[in-house]
Amino acid sequence: MAADESYPEELRYHREHDWARVDGDTATVGITWYAQDALGELVHFEPPAEGASVAADESYGEVESVKAVSDLISPLSGEVVEVNPIVVEEPEKVNDDPYGDGWLIKIRLSDPGEADGLLDVAAYKALLDEQ
Amino acid sequence: MQTLRRTPLYERHAALGARLVPFAGWEMPVQYTSIVGEHRAVRTSAGVFDVSHMGQLQLAGDGARDYFQARLSNDLEKVGDGEAQYTLLTNDEGGIVDDLIAYRRAADDYLLVVNAANVELDHSALSETEDVSAQWALLAVQGPEALQRLGIDVAPFTFHEGEALGVQCLIAGTGYTGERGCELGCAPDDAVRLWDAILDAGIVPCGLGARDTLRLEVCYPLHGNDISPDRTPIEAGLGWACALEKEFTGVDVLRGQKETGTAEKLVAFVMDDKGIPRQGMAIEEGGTVTSGSLSPMLDQGIGLAYVDAGLAAPETKLTVDLRGRPRAAHIVKKPIYKREE
Repeated sequence: MAADESYPEELRYHREHDWARVDGDTATVGITWYAQDALGELVHFEPPAEGASVAADESYGEVESVKAVSDLISPLSGEVVEVNPIVVEEPEKVNDDPYGDGWLIKIRLSDPGEADGLLDVAAYKALLDEQ
Repeated sequence: MQTLRRTPLYERHAALGARLVPFAGWEMPVQYTSIVGEHRAVRTSAGVFDVSHMGQLQLAGDGARDYFQARLSNDLEKVGDGEAQYTLLTNDEGGIVDDLIAYRRAADDYLLVVNAANVELDHSALSETEDVSAQWALLAVQGPEALQRLGIDVAPFTFHEGEALGVQCLIAGTGYTGERGCELGCAPDDAVRLWDAILDAGIVPCGLGARDTLRLEVCYPLHGNDISPDRTPIEAGLGWACALEKEFTGVDVLRGQKETGTAEKLVAFVMDDKGIPRQGMAIEEGGTVTSGSLSPMLDQGIGLAYVDAGLAAPETKLTVDLRGRPRAAHIVKKPIYKREE
């Protein structure tokens, strides 16, 4: 069951339609409602290896729907400390719950201050309004 | 910019919230809710597709059969009045200009249903025919419950004039999903009434996305992906639709290939590793993917690929280059998916 459109207040957003929930020196990362809706029902998640380095604005993996492939863009830099095993097995969890069970990876941040450069919810919604 | 054409059902698609995309010059629904859900509806109950973008050519009169016998690959002598046949329009090199269904209304009266992207090419190669595409809307109703829900009886590859849910139609036992069902051709002005009645019968609206995954599971080639003017029916495994004992365009090339074999063959494969193959990906042992998707029924990546003829036997292991990641697959006998009887 696809989720209703929402953009939680407490998250930080990247203009490539990714979100980050920052908690101290770690961040949980996923894709926004807009991104999953544009892709359609997800059928594959190609995750990074745990321990891999990720850099802000660069691809760390892919998600695929039946028709389309999309690069996953990391909003922040650091090391992948966890990949969501639920989404690896059931990629459609991202459609069901993009900000909850549908999270993708957790990152140990190399520079927690980097999060200040991300969009807040108002700025992200303004970006969506332009599309 | 070229304006996209719209079928008589465009407003209905938009009202249902379909995702509309450009396809062969038309603005067509790719999905209404979910490709996987629509796919499963066709495999388990019934779905309806607007395929009014497809083209229709016709020719009636003395010599019509001889005209097509000289230009289409299959043998029209094998079909009677009210029967349909899958056939190919070939070029001088034996390449496939289009694949189509020929409907024999009488010995010298035929209707051809052709791919939307190829209507003009087909019409110029078959210049004696009349392009009557604008006179037809076409709905495909497919699935194990399709005929029962419509209250229609039509055998595979036969057709007749009749009423479907109160609308006068050409009712044909054809389709592109591997399921029982029919295609209903009607006047464009009747299309909305027919569509509404079909949905009222509990049949699920399905987009071109599901149509593509359905045809791929049963290994029906898609022109432009798996077959093209640069590929011959012998390479594509469509020799069964070529009557090599009669004369038609390019037949000499096909006879030669039948005799000596081809460098490559079109095969079906299933991924053993995770990941979804896509058109254009390389097969490391030698070959190229021409269609790839997730199979909603198998929940695995599947595809069609041209591979070196020496690799083409079922169970042969392949390695697909998934954007730089080598992933294991193996060749399977066609079709990839078959209903458990």
